[in-house]
Amino acid sequence: MSAATAEHDDHHDHGPEKGLLRWIVTTNHKDIGTLYLIFALAMFFVGGTMALIIRTELFEPGMQFVDPQFFNSMTTMHALVMVFGAVMPAFVGLANWMIPMMIGAPDMALPRMNNMSFWMLVAGVLLLASTLFMEGGAPASGWTLYPPLVLQTGSALPFAIFSVHLLGISSIMGAINIIATIFNMRAPAMTLMKMPLFVWTWLITAFLLIAIMPVFAGAVTMLLTDRFFDTSFFDAAGGGDPVLYQHIFWFFGHPEVYVMILPTFGVASTIIPVFARKPLFGYSSMVYATAAIAFLSFIVWAHHMFTVGMPMAGELYFMYATMLIAIPTGVKIFNWTATMWKGSMTFEAPMLFSIAFVVLFTLGGFTGLMMALAPVDFQYHDTYFIVAHFHYTLVPASVFILMAAGYFWLPKWTGNMYDEKLAKLHFWLSAVSVNILFFPQHFLGLAGMPRRIPDYAVQFADWNMISSIGAFIYGPSQLIFVYIVYKTIKGGTGEKVTDEVWEGAKEQSLEWTLPSPAPYHTFSTPPKEVPTMSTGR
Amino acid sequence: MIKTKQLFAALTLMILGLSSAHADYTLNLMQGVTELSNDVYDLHMWVLWICIVIGIAVFGTMFYSIYYHRKSMGHKAEQFHESTTVEIIWTIIPTVILIAMAIPATKLMLEMDDIQDSDMTIKVTGWQWKWEYEYMDNGIHFFSTLDEASNKARQINSGIDPRSVPHYLLNVDKPLVVPINTKIRFLFTAADVIHSWWVPDLGWKKDTVPGFINEAWTSVEKAGTYRGQCTELCGKDHGFMPIVVIAMEKEDYDEWVIEQKGEALAEANAAEKEWTADELIAKGETVYTNNCASCHMADGAGIAGTFPAITASTIVTGDMNAQLDLLMSGKGMMPAFGQMLSAVDFAAVSTFIRNGLGNKVGDLIQPSAIKAKQSALPEDEDE
Repeated sequence: MSAATAEHDDHHDHGPEKGLLRWIVTTNHKDIGTLYLIFALAMFFVGGTMALIIRTELFEPGMQFVDPQFFNSMTTMHALVMVFGAVMPAFVGLANWMIPMMIGAPDMALPRMNNMSFWMLVAGVLLLASTLFMEGGAPASGWTLYPPLVLQTGSALPFAIFSVHLLGISSIMGAINIIATIFNMRAPAMTLMKMPLFVWTWLITAFLLIAIMPVFAGAVTMLLTDRFFDTSFFDAAGGGDPVLYQHIFWFFGHPEVYVMILPTFGVASTIIPVFARKPLFGYSSMVYATAAIAFLSFIVWAHHMFTVGMPMAGELYFMYATMLIAIPTGVKIFNWTATMWKGSMTFEAPMLFSIAFVVLFTLGGFTGLMMALAPVDFQYHDTYFIVAHFHYTLVPASVFILMAAGYFWLPKWTGNMYDEKLAKLHFWLSAVSVNILFFPQHFLGLAGMPRRIPDYAVQFADWNMISSIGAFIYGPSQLIFVYIVYKTIKGGTGEKVTDEVWEGAKEQSLEWTLPSPAPYHTFSTPPKEVPTMSTGR
Repeated sequence: MIKTKQLFAALTLMILGLSSAHADYTLNLMQGVTELSNDVYDLHMWVLWICIVIGIAVFGTMFYSIYYHRKSMGHKAEQFHESTTVEIIWTIIPTVILIAMAIPATKLMLEMDDIQDSDMTIKVTGWQWKWEYEYMDNGIHFFSTLDEASNKARQINSGIDPRSVPHYLLNVDKPLVVPINTKIRFLFTAADVIHSWWVPDLGWKKDTVPGFINEAWTSVEKAGTYRGQCTELCGKDHGFMPIVVIAMEKEDYDEWVIEQKGEALAEANAAEKEWTADELIAKGETVYTNNCASCHMADGAGIAGTFPAITASTIVTGDMNAQLDLLMSGKGMMPAFGQMLSAVDFAAVSTFIRNGLGNKVGDLIQPSAIKAKQSALPEDEDE
């Protein structure tokens, strides 16, 4: 017995548990990061398959493959899976892997909770996916779950609501962990204004998450009681108001979209200086701009509701407040451009994806600015113009940056180099097809095609077909990424990577001072000095 | 690299080929036929050009840098990383540009909100999945539903080419008719879920919210037919509830009003007369096709797990009053047809489903009896 205990005590100094159990019980930030990233990648393909079903039905006018109700379930589930199953978990995975290594900490502050928040995410997403097989079908009211429509959902409604609760708890635990880690576990030399921007953006994102997830949970709980316990929060016949739900939802929903974009900014600000071989331009203004965007995100929600019928003062206020977001966002784009300016650039896959992000996110920003103007939004609202807008800010922005992050840090995680040629093929296929996919949707929206319709008038046929062709190229191209990741884990190109992997990266951020692959436990003692080039101080 | 270029060229050619095959697409927002829609278009173009100019400046700088400041060109990295002056400049310039956008936007917003001095009022009610129009000044009242040709073609694997259907999915059985050069006030509400009423040529859309009333106005300058769609997801047939507005010269409109009043009278008389079972079943079949078949299927088989079958349903073949109540008030995804269908249509479709689609109950219900039931229904929540 005593021998067994002694062995158990020794355990911490060895590697991980053996076999499958390692992945179930792990409290190691790197293992949990890997779990998050693999889960997110799997969900990216589940959500992507749903998108391909949508684009297949929309390939030609007329109903060919699916029933309209199922089509609506697909648009709803595609969004929920991509937001809560793919993009958010992917960034949490990156946070788990990178934040301790970037601030010189041995692990996350709350390792057991870290494990729990991952498994609750899995439970939440599985619960959501199970609604696909229920009587009445999966939720089909759009990811916004607007009443009264959502209350017509069949047996799936309570399951979808509980799934939102689980996902919310998981996100809140993840966010608390990140905040606790950043505030308590930094190496002494790592002052707040020396933290890499990825850490900064995640710190701010974590506060957003804690603020908004309970709001969403509250909103869906009110749906639950309206449906099953005879309350009338959102039913005018009982003194409620369906628009109240929209206000609550978007008070959550607008910061939520920034939850997906702020860490994206952080990764871009980490990658671009490395490949420009220059310090990030305007480090402190980047930090302040991130904080400003986060603050503004709480006071602009009703720009999603310009057509719902608000008082004039409300319309004007939300229009002006929304326009203000362009200023800090502009500062960020100018800073990235200035970082590239007079650098000594090379264009490996992470840099290519990052540059494409800056360009295509800016396009999404332009359409965002156009839609901020309430009177013109009366035309744009709920058409394919908005579909194009938010997909530009999510796919060639968040998703591209996730790919960039994958290529950027894979050598550090695995100790092997990925196949640069294949990665470039992946980039060019993605960058071209994503524009074939989404750019024509601007034209469709302006020409008058509403979103969330399973069939359309024949004048919309050409651009829909082109958009679908783009989707058929973009979707399968992402399998190249899976192959590259698999091959890199299995040994990659065989070329031994150095500790800093990318030329001069050691000067930019702490993780590059560690061996490649990074050992199971890192920074058991905090580093004495921290790199300063990325912060310019 | 060469392969990528070839691929890109092939795709571009493919796109050009597709585009030249059919030339009836548009790239930009339509100007529309009202003063408001023209102002909206102008503002849209103003902002679009501002964005294009900013885009050229930013992307131009970026691509210049990408081309010239490359390691492969031998460019050495400079190490500057801060300039407060530059940061202030690129905060102030965008602010000025935003003000240049906000001023015309505010003006237009105020103009759109000015509902006063309207010449007539039309109340629009959204239903799953049709529109109800009520002319508040002269009592004309009707429902507007997707036309039969589109409805047939849009059934899954219908075998009908949508391109052979005129105005596929953008045509209705009974369009909204308005006079030109008249300030029309619209009141919007909904009976079940939220819908949104959008005719792009009028320059705006407005949500219809159950239990609440929204307002908007228009004054059409040019006679013609203008088409639009519901733009707020409202369930299964959200994509199939178009809007058609016919704007007419005032004299033509007055004639139309007289015609409508005659029709309303004829309909009221039809509800009073005694119908035979055959008459009801024949009429009921059409009503079924237009209102029920998209969920319960043309043969009454339904979709297992989502939409119950009509054939051999215990509700349909059971007590007639229970069945009528369900049709009147709806349940879950099933809309309430009580106020949506005329007494004649309601009686006809009730009789049809009990005696068609494989059912044989053998009874019938008269429109006059339905009329009595309908008048006992609670009025719309907002009234």
